[in-house]
Amino acid sequence: MAYTAVKGGEEAIKAAEMLEDAAPGGSGPSVEEVEGGLRYAVDSVMSEAGLYAPRLAARAVVQAQGDLAEAAFLLRAYRSTLPRAGYTQTADPQEMRLIRRISSTFKDVPGGQLLGPTRDYSQRLLGLQRAEKPQPNGAGTTDGEGRLPRVTDLLREAGMVEGPEPREPGAGPFDLTREALAVPASRSGRLQSLSRGEAGAMTALAYSSLRGYGAVHPTLAEFRTGYLPVRVEHPHLGEGVEVGEVLCTEVEAVGREMGYGGEGEADEPAMSLGYGLVFGRCERKAISMAILDAAIRAGAEREQGPAGPAEDEEFVLYHADGIEATGFVEHLKLPHYVTFQSSLDRLREVQRKAAQVDG
Amino acid sequence: MTVDELLRDAVPGLGNGPGYNYAFLDELSKRELRRKTLKAVSIPGHQVPFGSREMPLARGWGTGGLQLSLSLVGPGDTYKAIDQGADASVNAVNMRSLVSRMAEVETTLDARDATIVQTRHRIPEEPLRGDQILVFQVPIPEPLERVEPRISRARRMHAERDYSKMWLFLYESVAKHGEVTVGARYPVVVNGSYLMDPSPIPRWDVPKLHHAPNLALFGAGREKRIYAVPPHTSVEPLEFEDYRFRVESFPRGAHCRRCGSDDTFLDELTDERSGETYFTCSDTSFCDRRLEERR
Repeated sequence: MAYTAVKGGEEAIKAAEMLEDAAPGGSGPSVEEVEGGLRYAVDSVMSEAGLYAPRLAARAVVQAQGDLAEAAFLLRAYRSTLPRAGYTQTADPQEMRLIRRISSTFKDVPGGQLLGPTRDYSQRLLGLQRAEKPQPNGAGTTDGEGRLPRVTDLLREAGMVEGPEPREPGAGPFDLTREALAVPASRSGRLQSLSRGEAGAMTALAYSSLRGYGAVHPTLAEFRTGYLPVRVEHPHLGEGVEVGEVLCTEVEAVGREMGYGGEGEADEPAMSLGYGLVFGRCERKAISMAILDAAIRAGAEREQGPAGPAEDEEFVLYHADGIEATGFVEHLKLPHYVTFQSSLDRLREVQRKAAQVDG
Repeated sequence: MTVDELLRDAVPGLGNGPGYNYAFLDELSKRELRRKTLKAVSIPGHQVPFGSREMPLARGWGTGGLQLSLSLVGPGDTYKAIDQGADASVNAVNMRSLVSRMAEVETTLDARDATIVQTRHRIPEEPLRGDQILVFQVPIPEPLERVEPRISRARRMHAERDYSKMWLFLYESVAKHGEVTVGARYPVVVNGSYLMDPSPIPRWDVPKLHHAPNLALFGAGREKRIYAVPPHTSVEPLEFEDYRFRVESFPRGAHCRRCGSDDTFLDELTDERSGETYFTCSDTSFCDRRLEERR
């Protein structure tokens, strides 16, 4: 049946919703079970939505029946209804309560390696005998380690890694949720955009750089997961007041490849630094973000332009957003018969003219 | 009912309101949208970037048009939504139910009764008046996208009014195919200045924008752009002196099988039993009215 030809559009939508929501043989997992047991799903949704709200994210995962792109979209759309109350103070990642810390630069690093909860070194055997209910994972129960020295700082002191970028002029950071991003983007705009990018798209782009479509193939100076305190300025007293913690993954990637690199404090050649910080334990996304940050800067500095898609700022930032990409790809399901009629009209005209010439 | 009363109802736990702000978006966001719209009206055809919000419909499904409509509606407005010219199209139904639910406005199928007409891919056959606003859903706001996908470069071309690549594109299509092959989304020059994408309307509808008495607003949610054609503004399709702009043609004698019209944009259909091609009006409400008048 045609999807417009009848007056039944409204009933059709209702019936389709009923079919989609039908849960044969009982209900799915509860919001609590998802929040505790599907922690990576919750983290991925918060990260791509750009909103730290575990309970709401779990609710979105349940409502979307596990479609995480859809869940991230639900959460972002909800955020559109909330006024912007204000901005937190700039968080200092050194204050993170660490549950995981790895540096792949040296055999022994100051502060030590902290493996923490991970399945990086587990054998990936599908557990056929395990309980079916999702179990809460350990990330929520460790106290974590306090301040640990940064390998990046040591490298910087030794003149091996470029210095930090100067603070952007102006009152505050760019706000991606309130302004349209233009390229070249400010650094805060670029990092925000990458931080809520779609993990799969970012992994693919970062992977392309590692495989030679671009030059960036860095070493992880710091890989950290932990709880980062968030503070807002007290309206009367002016001092910072801690309002909570957000679980984050932070990556500092260093490298100097194929002629690209930064400059040290004394303008001597040094390694460049790529930075990644994402909500939750989205580890491969945090690494991808650091690679893409370094790659984009490499592309901007090359005289002959970007050496691959991953180094092309407009290409990366405009295509890494999952909400926009999934929406537009799926809009092809909408009726297009008027524009199609218009295309047919042109094709018939071209065919008619071609036939005249041939005849 | 006043806006204030509706707002009070919308506070969760109070009254029987929806638990969302009036017209979904928070008030500051709506104000920003209206400011950007005013800027767009002041610079006809120029794309104004705005902080597009995520809406309860997917990106690419009309979120730009929806944001414009929600920033404009208030109590007393009457809203009409069409997709491909049809009010009953699923996307139009969805828009209408969302706007009537979130902004509690009257809806209509008759273009004459609407204060805001939101559309995807068509302009109603009924000529609009000066007290009506036509809101377009725009997938790709950049008319130069066909020749320059890089937005940063396209913006520079607009700033310099350098549209030579687009002219060349049209020339090449004439040279290769003996005809300009652009179907819908035909590039137009607004107010003798900016090149503009009129959204994927058929060429049939392009002349309706020229010196129209109504305001036309274009919203691209995913691409975060608003642009406008103010009332009584010139909108001219790109054309060569010897290869004129032409609207779609239908086979000789083609007419609507329902109302008999041969002066409207027609949908081409196939009779399932006989296999014959037949036509009906794309603007279904206009077709209904003609049918009634002829009875």
